[in-house]
Amino acid sequence: MNVYIAADNIVSPLGFTSDENFERLKQMETGVKLISGSSLSVEDVFASVIDDEQLEKEFQKLHAGQEYTKLEKMVLLSVTDALKQNKNIDITSSKTLIILSTTKGNIDLLGKEEGNRFDKKRVYLWETANVIGKYFNNPNQPVVISNACVSGVLAIITGKRLLEEGNYDTMVVAGVDIMTHFVVSGFQSFKAVSNEIAKPYDASRNGISLGEGCGTVILTNDKQKVDNLEMKIKVMGGASSNDANHISGPSRTGDGLLLAIEKTLKDSGVTASEIDYISGHGTATIFNDDMESLAVTDAKLAEVPMNSLKSYFGHTLGAAGVIESIVGIHSMRKSMLIGTYNFKELGVTAPINIIRDTKELEITNCLKTAAGFGGCNAAVLFQKEN
Amino acid sequence: MMTELMDKLKGEIITQLNLEDLKKEDISDDSPLFGDGLGLDSIDALELIVLLEKNYGIKIANPADGKKIFQTIRTMAEYIEANKK
Amino acid sequence: MNNYITAVCAIKNGKVMINDKVDFTNNAAGSDVDFLKSVYLHYQVSYPKFYKMDSLCKLAMVASELLIKTNKITERYKSEDIAIVIANSGSSLEVDTEHQKAISDKVNYFPSPAVFVYTLPNILIGEIAIRNKIKGENTFFIFDKFDAEFMSSYVNSLLNSNKEECCITGWVEFYDNNYEAFLITVEKNKEGNLNITNTKEELTKLYINQAQLAAS
Repeated sequence: MNVYIAADNIVSPLGFTSDENFERLKQMETGVKLISGSSLSVEDVFASVIDDEQLEKEFQKLHAGQEYTKLEKMVLLSVTDALKQNKNIDITSSKTLIILSTTKGNIDLLGKEEGNRFDKKRVYLWETANVIGKYFNNPNQPVVISNACVSGVLAIITGKRLLEEGNYDTMVVAGVDIMTHFVVSGFQSFKAVSNEIAKPYDASRNGISLGEGCGTVILTNDKQKVDNLEMKIKVMGGASSNDANHISGPSRTGDGLLLAIEKTLKDSGVTASEIDYISGHGTATIFNDDMESLAVTDAKLAEVPMNSLKSYFGHTLGAAGVIESIVGIHSMRKSMLIGTYNFKELGVTAPINIIRDTKELEITNCLKTAAGFGGCNAAVLFQKEN
Repeated sequence: MMTELMDKLKGEIITQLNLEDLKKEDISDDSPLFGDGLGLDSIDALELIVLLEKNYGIKIANPADGKKIFQTIRTMAEYIEANKK
Repeated sequence: MNNYITAVCAIKNGKVMINDKVDFTNNAAGSDVDFLKSVYLHYQVSYPKFYKMDSLCKLAMVASELLIKTNKITERYKSEDIAIVIANSGSSLEVDTEHQKAISDKVNYFPSPAVFVYTLPNILIGEIAIRNKIKGENTFFIFDKFDAEFMSSYVNSLLNSNKEECCITGWVEFYDNNYEAFLITVEKNKEGNLNITNTKEELTKLYINQAQLAAS
């Protein structure tokens, strides 16, 4: 069974549509900047944060009626725009399922200020998903995936698998996380936050930049629903794995990610030599990027052009896998590889082919990888249909 | 002075790192805390940084410095003696 | 294609149930965490990392330990052929609340990395994977209550598509004075004394049965 990409959207500081975001990436403009005097952090911090006023302005256009949290507003905007991209998609159909990928959801509601405005139940991830489902009049109970930083990639894989089971013909996969003091303080206690804009795979990288955003990708197994698209892109396969090594430190050998990549290639019926582009995880911590370089090399993919988008969007956690997959899909549509912002000199254990400057290249097979806390890894493969 | 500090540190480490199955006597002054010693890991190292700040007002900006400071109970105590406010 | 539930371990209401029988009861524990510690000590688990875990992982760790001990899946399958697919309702909200409390204290502001690391529900999958060297598929789902239909069909599709040979699956919840673990192993062939097909109906029956045992 073929599973196609029917529509997509990205909501980030770089824009409220995928096209807006991709244009900014092409120009190598980043959404990460220095945030000072904010309630998000006790000290100044580099992060990619959506402007509240702008979000509010966009949200007003939906005339949503009741009150929604910041995170919900981002999802409603993102899914609404994705639906606008493809008139064949009916989100109210019983054959359409919503999958929400998020690590922390409405976690800001645990704080007093936000918490007092909403029902206590709203902090449950399933309730957040129900609120979203209800807004769109979708009749099915949404599925929520919360699996650290691989959530987004896993949500796309899960969407494909659920389509293959035959009960649905459309999956609306939304990945979202917001910037909160909760998350920022945690990563700061881990000494994992960079004191400049993150430098993925670079010799002088010293940590992550955090970010917020929402990505929506709509999948379908009904080819008629993508007849309006000139280029048809399929989700070929995917897999997840566990390092079984440490809950916060990545594997030192990259064996877990390697396993996820190998299983993904097998699931997709594609060989390593056919991969044209890898959208990496590239958090810009010393250990993650080293680990990735080993896994990619062991998978015989060392020469394949690879980038990280974490220096544009920051690490958007549960949204990252979806947002970065969408950029990969647009790279395929536009035959355009995005350069890795802030990457100057390769500084990882094994030599890999990091894209420095944005350039044109025709892409047939795009591999998206991710890794996260809990020792989890995941990969998914997108292919252009001839 | 040093002996007292080291004894106090052992208690604090057991509490902070949830080493519930260990007693102070199980931790010697000079055996390594990480690796084959107490088997502490990278999260424990970060937790020890919090301990130094919370209990002794000592800030360690670069976690890599922890490697030297947290070698043994004695190196930790020496560092505290030299840096405490 | 039929797949089979080959072992079950449930922990709830001061009781440990293994393969349909109450195996350990302790109604005298001072707190839920004390109860989990009594389970850990009773079964002589001997894994000092247990003490470092948050309550949700402690619960998952002892339940998975007892589950795997009954049918030795880690000896019978390769590490990459075992999947772990678990769900709950409250995510990691128990420890989330603890981290939130730490960062709300502006005077004694010391967020703990050892607490923060547990503020993701899938860490419990990581803990089970590390303890047992399991490297297969892992996914953490969130539902308002145990969804036998979704879980059975998702696991069946993992096995039927030959992505995995065996799966540890179920429900692990620890939040708001409510704890409950219900873990099973699902395999392609019958194994051991249980003879339960992994269908929505059978799984629902088993889940209700465990809850009744816990309440007895």
